[in-house]
Amino acid sequence: MISEGIVPLFVAIPLAGAFLIALLKRIKGISDTFGILASAGTFALSILFLLKMEAGQRVIYNIGNWGGFNEVLGKIVGIQLAVDGLTIFMLLIVNFVAFIVALYSVNYMTRYTQKWQFYCLFLLMLAGMNGVLITGDMFNLFVFIEIASLASYALVAFGTEKRELEASFKYAVMGGMASLLILMGVIFLYSYTGTLNMADMTGVLAGSQQPALMYLIFGLLLTGFGLKAAVVPFHAWLPDAHPSAPAPISAMLSGVLIKALGVYVIARVFFTIFGFPHQISIILMTLGAISMGVGALVALRQWDMKRLLAYSSISQVGYIMLGLGIGTPLGIMGALFHLFNHSIFKSLLFLDSGAVEYAAGTRNMKEMGGLSRKLPVTSGSTLVGAMSLAGIPPFAGFWSKLIIIIALVEANHMKLAAWAVLISIITIAYIVKVTRFAFLGALKDRFANIKEVPVLMRISLIVLALVCIFGGLLLIPEVRDTFLSPAVRVLISGTGGGAGS
Amino acid sequence: MNAYMPYILCMILFCIGVYAILAKRNIIKIILGVVIAEYAVNLFLVLVAYKAGGRSAIFSETEVILPGAMVDPLPHALVLTSIVIGLATTAFLIALAIRLYGKYGTFDITRMRELRG
Amino acid sequence: MSKEHDRGMSIIVKTVTRLTVGLILLYGIYIILHGHLTPGGGFAGGVIVALSFINLDLAFGGSISAKIFSKGSTAVVEALGAVMFLSLALIGMKYGGFFDNFLHPDGNAGQLVSAGIIPLENIAISLKVSAGLFGIFLTLIVLQKFESEKK
Repeated sequence: MISEGIVPLFVAIPLAGAFLIALLKRIKGISDTFGILASAGTFALSILFLLKMEAGQRVIYNIGNWGGFNEVLGKIVGIQLAVDGLTIFMLLIVNFVAFIVALYSVNYMTRYTQKWQFYCLFLLMLAGMNGVLITGDMFNLFVFIEIASLASYALVAFGTEKRELEASFKYAVMGGMASLLILMGVIFLYSYTGTLNMADMTGVLAGSQQPALMYLIFGLLLTGFGLKAAVVPFHAWLPDAHPSAPAPISAMLSGVLIKALGVYVIARVFFTIFGFPHQISIILMTLGAISMGVGALVALRQWDMKRLLAYSSISQVGYIMLGLGIGTPLGIMGALFHLFNHSIFKSLLFLDSGAVEYAAGTRNMKEMGGLSRKLPVTSGSTLVGAMSLAGIPPFAGFWSKLIIIIALVEANHMKLAAWAVLISIITIAYIVKVTRFAFLGALKDRFANIKEVPVLMRISLIVLALVCIFGGLLLIPEVRDTFLSPAVRVLISGTGGGAGS
Repeated sequence: MNAYMPYILCMILFCIGVYAILAKRNIIKIILGVVIAEYAVNLFLVLVAYKAGGRSAIFSETEVILPGAMVDPLPHALVLTSIVIGLATTAFLIALAIRLYGKYGTFDITRMRELRG
Repeated sequence: MSKEHDRGMSIIVKTVTRLTVGLILLYGIYIILHGHLTPGGGFAGGVIVALSFINLDLAFGGSISAKIFSKGSTAVVEALGAVMFLSLALIGMKYGGFFDNFLHPDGNAGQLVSAGIIPLENIAISLKVSAGLFGIFLTLIVLQKFESEKK
């Protein structure tokens, strides 16, 4: 049993860190310290939750100690936070990656001026993401999505060069549109159900049917969250925005932001609130399959390392969507496990690209070559991340892709299974391009004097690489029961509730 | 007057905003499009709370007001939050527009070609 | 003509501004302090306070109000407001919950000193909003000058 009193700390700690950094920015080293401390604090809290939480438990916390007329109206008006298995699963991923990224940024961000602004925005983004994960009502979901998005727009523009500003403008306009569509969907939901609380909403929606309005709401929410998650018809901003940000932020954006704001919310809303209707399953699978294909094929012809990785993110999010769309327990488990793996290896690869940029000063793969001799840690960890991305057997990425493909076969989607296999072969092709051109081959003369990156950056790369190697161990039954299965169970219970409709 | 008229007007306003975002080439006009679409959504949020003959949800000491006669107060609180978020987005977009103008010397988005191809 | 009239708008605007700007500031403070009793509150009052400063700049042209309230100090005040708001919420955790109203929760309706921590939080929000809004205004001015001087 765990005291529910610490739930709001997931948002309060990063916020406090951000504001204190802004207040005490003149003191030297304060931004690094608070940035690392705040992200380490939330990471420790999420581990505490993982260990203490009982199976199937749903911790509910009323803000301000105020139930909000629950006993009079029979519904909740106050702000409610809720933590269940899926939330903890996501909290752990988000805060782990954030902690690693904060460590990495200490050295990396010395390239830029105004480091305190970076940490301030970074912690605001973390607070927004944690808020999205722990919130229990739809409107606060929107508010926290906006906090995280606004911070990320500013972080994409952090370099203030032409590329960054333009990418940020594109991202901000498209993200703003997505937020408006989400808000409109939330308003329709509110006017239909008369409540904003997710648990109450589930009850109201399960008892009534009004198909035309439901399709409108599905359309609005799916477009909005799809824009945030960058599934294919809505992906145009991602290949510009993610490479333009500083490398640690690219890792955060590609690794966790599109999942917390897009994939997690889609899973939460369509599984637990709407009870996973059949149409959504078809739409998610179609979008997922298209995303996989388009992302992988466009990634093949990229020469900018970060841009290639950004397209690869689109493709891998497609895998996650496909797994969620199957809707069977195995498919959902594969999707969530792939979500975990993708967060780890994509953050690792983006941090590696940052390390190469830090050491060699370029990210065009045509100019690189033979860097493995000069940058052993960077090239080794890139190799591990690439293997995991490509799905080579002992690495974690293999197991999650395997589970998704098995789930597809079990659910009799043979063509989609073949498509998934084909795309993973293309994945190998484009990721081999990275290792081949950047790290193998002859060393060019201009790179004769480069040095390996500083020690904190190396530590974070090594930690992420180790998780990539041993991530497959999460599938061992004992480990799975504490980490992966509760999250799957939350989504399954959602589909079970809507099975009658 | 049709009872759905305000909603239709909201949707028209929203469509004007989306049109401006999609079709205009000037950055400032695109930002205006975002703002118009945002106001349309905020207006819609307030209209959802409207009740014919309803009054504001404040109890009074001099007269008895039943909860049934009040408009729904929750969307009013929500729309304030939404307006604040809109303010932040707009301020950020305008700052970006100024910086972009400084880099390119124009507000025309078709001349900003750094990211094409 | 004195040196003061070289910049900014016409003398009518300047005179009216000089007469009204103090009233606007006071009205903003009133809205903030009465936020828990009448419509208004920290955000609305904070915007009005910020507008009184912006008004000065617009009428007199240039950096009159930036001398009173510089860009660096807006950042500090803004962070201070945020920290104050958050720490009020965190103190509540000791008494029962996040954002718990720990100062006499049952005040009398209509009394100025009644609503517990709500007026304090209104003040914190108003600090954050007024400084933040004025800071945005100053930043945009500086950016615009900076970009136009570069050409």
